[in-house]
Amino acid sequence: MIATLKHGWIITQRDLLHWVKQPAGPIFGLMFFVMLLLMFGFLFGGAIEVPGGGDYIQFLLPGMLALTMMFGVENTMQAMSTDAQRGITDRFRSMPIGSAAIVLGRSGADMAQSVLGLAILVGGGLLIGWRIDAGPAAVLAAIAVLLWLRFALLWVGIFLGLMFRGPGATMAVQVLVWPVGFLSNVFVAPETMPGWLGAVAEWNPVSATATAARQLFGNPTGATEGLLVENAVLLAVAWPLVLTAVFLPLSARAYRTLRK
Amino acid sequence: MNTPTLVVTDLRKRYGETRALDGFSLSVEAASIHGLLGPNGAGKSTAIRALATLTATDSGVAAIDGHDVATAGTRVRERIGLVGQATALDEILSGRQNLVLFGRLLNLGRMAHSRATELLEQFELTDAADKPVSGYSGGMKRRLDIAAALILTPAVLFLDEPTAGLDPRGRNEVWEAVRRVKGTGTTVLLTTQYLDEADQLADRISIMDHGRVIAEGRPSELKRQLGGARVELVIAAELLDHCARTLEAVIGSPVDVDYDNRTLSIAAGAGSQTLIDIVRALDNESIDADDILLRRPTLDEVFLALTAPSTDNASEKESA
Repeated sequence: MIATLKHGWIITQRDLLHWVKQPAGPIFGLMFFVMLLLMFGFLFGGAIEVPGGGDYIQFLLPGMLALTMMFGVENTMQAMSTDAQRGITDRFRSMPIGSAAIVLGRSGADMAQSVLGLAILVGGGLLIGWRIDAGPAAVLAAIAVLLWLRFALLWVGIFLGLMFRGPGATMAVQVLVWPVGFLSNVFVAPETMPGWLGAVAEWNPVSATATAARQLFGNPTGATEGLLVENAVLLAVAWPLVLTAVFLPLSARAYRTLRK
Repeated sequence: MNTPTLVVTDLRKRYGETRALDGFSLSVEAASIHGLLGPNGAGKSTAIRALATLTATDSGVAAIDGHDVATAGTRVRERIGLVGQATALDEILSGRQNLVLFGRLLNLGRMAHSRATELLEQFELTDAADKPVSGYSGGMKRRLDIAAALILTPAVLFLDEPTAGLDPRGRNEVWEAVRRVKGTGTTVLLTTQYLDEADQLADRISIMDHGRVIAEGRPSELKRQLGGARVELVIAAELLDHCARTLEAVIGSPVDVDYDNRTLSIAAGAGSQTLIDIVRALDNESIDADDILLRRPTLDEVFLALTAPSTDNASEKESA
């Protein structure tokens, strides 16, 4: 157990070293979200009304944080599939280290990156006028809910990275995260969408996390009633739990089938 | 005689209809270099992956220093180093950082740094030690890959086609590196499609086809197995038949005639003495040869003869 944690930490450090050696990748990755934030905050924001009232920036920012967590699945998948292709995964597997350590190392690196991403977006948000209207406990809970979604998506990314390798598969995921990310209440309230689309957006796990974060940060949620708004925190805990319950065993199985 | 480090008995592995390993058996002496030679799809990589605990087999037993590959995975992994076909290096990190990373994972702790320095020196990578691996040449990457597999001085080092895709210079560099491993007591099992590579490096060679070993021995023994050396002569086209009859009478063994290349070929049962006899006979008949040489079979020929479908063998013998 201690050996697994130690090995996991060494593998995490490898990714952290990547940031130091090649900071361009993570920096551009984060700039992308800052750009989205500015684009929606100022370019489109003026034309978007938040149902139930409230300033758009206040509505947008927690949603952007949830979206950043969701897009993190790309990083996980790409890192997993690159290592598998390069033969690094094979080298790890031929060494006397537990397979849990390899996954743990990946989780550590991705969670660290997500924490950093959150910090930068929160800072950027505060600079452009976002305001938190909640106590420290609620703020911590909001951050926990966001990272909880990221944690669940780790397993999705690990599973996809092990199952589908090669640049084509990574590209497919990079394209698919867009509709999944946008078909949510991150940018606009589902109330303003056609009925069926709104329903899909309401049931999107990203919406649950975004709404819970809005409530906990004390920001407008874009809705006053409905299943989602009334149970946001519960759903934001439940959805990632479901994702983890499905994809953690699937990842473990995909890892075992490497031996087939 | 040395005791075997690696003993493999009747490994089998199917992928759907394909029998990747079909009764693969092998015994490799400690501290030797063993070559596993075969064409694409012969099962070499599957064999290596099975022995390195990466792939589970359907049946059969394999043991490294007495530890069963299937049931004592961790024990086996403590005793092996693997250099697979894909470079198993972090290309963003430097050569030194790679070795330190793997060394720390092998619980070397602070020693990981000094071990990295040692290995970088041993594989002549000191100058590039702190540059990112992405800028390394193919030969350098392979050497670093091998160094990374030797951090703990393993009992067995697996090299899966270590020179595939390298230019001649890179290939020589890797050959040097492999020869250097031999002195350290590590047993090397290397796969290759290149016969000259096996000939150059291996103490013994197993020739593999369709998932099993079809011939095994020292490189020299395998060459002898094909019937030893032959004398080949190139002479004027109109003299071919006459000359063939003459030599058959003098040497007492059949002569192959290749009209297209104006070449006669005859088994040199007595080695260079046969060559001398042939030259004397030509001299007596006043036949001028354009070229004459004593040729030992290459491993390519051994390999082709062993792996050719048996009908081809038969027809060759008939025409001879």
